[in-house]
Amino acid sequence: MTDFTPDEMMAIAASRALRNDDVCFVGIGAPSVACNVARLTHAPDITLIYESGTIGTAPDVLPLSIGDGELCETAVTTVSVPEMFRYWLQGGRITVGFLGAAQLDRFGNINTTVIGDYDDPKVRLPGGGGAPEIALSSGEIYITMKQSKRGMVEKIDFFTSFGHGDGPDGRKKHGMTTKGPTFLITDKALWRPDPATAAFRVVSLHPGVTRDEVRATCAWDVAFADDVDETPPPTAEELKVLRDLHARTKAAHALSGDPT
Amino acid sequence: MPRFQNLTDAVADNLRDGDTVAFEGFTHLIPHAAAHEAIRQGRKGLTLIRMTPDIVYDQMIGMGMARKVVFSYAGNPGVGLLRRMRDAVENAWPVAIEIEEHSHAAMANAYEAGAAGLPCAIFRGYRGADLARVNPNIRSVTCPFTGEELAAVPSIRPDVSFVHAQKANRRGDVLVEGIIGIQKEAVLAAARAVVTVEEIVDNFDDVHTNACILPAWTVTSIVEAPGGAHPSYTHGYYERDNPAYLEWDKVSTDRDTFTAWMKEHVLDATPSVFADRVAHLRKRP
Repeated sequence: MTDFTPDEMMAIAASRALRNDDVCFVGIGAPSVACNVARLTHAPDITLIYESGTIGTAPDVLPLSIGDGELCETAVTTVSVPEMFRYWLQGGRITVGFLGAAQLDRFGNINTTVIGDYDDPKVRLPGGGGAPEIALSSGEIYITMKQSKRGMVEKIDFFTSFGHGDGPDGRKKHGMTTKGPTFLITDKALWRPDPATAAFRVVSLHPGVTRDEVRATCAWDVAFADDVDETPPPTAEELKVLRDLHARTKAAHALSGDPT
Repeated sequence: MPRFQNLTDAVADNLRDGDTVAFEGFTHLIPHAAAHEAIRQGRKGLTLIRMTPDIVYDQMIGMGMARKVVFSYAGNPGVGLLRRMRDAVENAWPVAIEIEEHSHAAMANAYEAGAAGLPCAIFRGYRGADLARVNPNIRSVTCPFTGEELAAVPSIRPDVSFVHAQKANRRGDVLVEGIIGIQKEAVLAAARAVVTVEEIVDNFDDVHTNACILPAWTVTSIVEAPGGAHPSYTHGYYERDNPAYLEWDKVSTDRDTFTAWMKEHVLDATPSVFADRVAHLRKRP
């Protein structure tokens, strides 16, 4: 078996969740990696949309910001930001919203606004950006993040984006008709909501990962499905695509003098 | 019809103490040259509106120009946090600021409502989101036809908006290309609009009929300011200066470092420095 890192497993497992006919609203960072790996492997016709208004973009390297020029140059079309949010997101044309999270609870509620009290924060984070309405209007939500006790918490400090609230009726109570979070991809495992509680539980462990490792990196009480699978390891092709993408990205940024 | 002015006059004529002002550009076309001129002119008590405050407002806030900031994502894109804005929010340095925080969808809708001459924007948003709890300007209305409860926010109507664009022609029409973001709405929503451009050309005869054009009579003042978006970028002219965004993370960490940097690169500089700053970022042949 080829060697791979937990980050690579996370990106590749996340990429596999996307289908060729998906229209995906892409968050920057880990979601952007996964979405572009999907496009370069099993989903060549996937429509990737970034909130800067670029629809059907196919960047050769990973963008550093949601508004990089290459997103526009390779897009089918670029629309204004109001049109992006009104016609394309609110209009119900997005099948999957792919988000990262600073703080996440077991119901898929996300905080990227503040740690501590809103008016007297311990840490002021950047805030929601497009996420509150992506979480509301996308057909379903995938979330990808590295596991840590600081990130995966019992109770989030601020509801930036609503997941399932506190249970299976949470979305209905707020008049939401979309599915909300249906999939969580971490560096340790794959998680799906338990239909009875709407709380994420582990359905698949990545190769070599133990249940204790999942518990040790998650602050909520981890539940496991009755039948927990082992995530298929990355194929040679998936790894090559991911590594080439990172290499191209690094080289492109070196060209513009970027020290990272 | 717009006046063709130099940057010093355009800022002096259009931006006053206490104004509500938007310097817009969604990652692309951020009007940094205009903002630096506003910093040199020492405007105070401003209400700064911008979806993503970015470096441009971190600098203005750090120089004590803002009374209030209206925004939807306060990060340094691809890098991290805005440290001067945080210092102002958390420690009132150099002056206390009030914040009004929204989502992108809310601000995009609010600009559009401003451009459309409406008092408020209505959209499906903020459900289950805590921002609606902490921001009194996020309210709701009931659809009179379906009974659906929808979010409402006040429209954005700046006293003046500043944007950067690729080109103006001799009449004063303005062409915006690439990620057009919120440029058109920011101009149409404002009482006055100042547009800095990379170049002024004779005419737009070679431009596609459906291109994003701001007709001359919608613009108050036009300034030729090559490189005026740096360290943001201008599609077709020069790339985003990613190292500058990374450097800002260090410069903005410390109040003294920040103050010294602003003196050297802004207060003691002139509008003409921007052309040099983008020389190495222009498209290679």
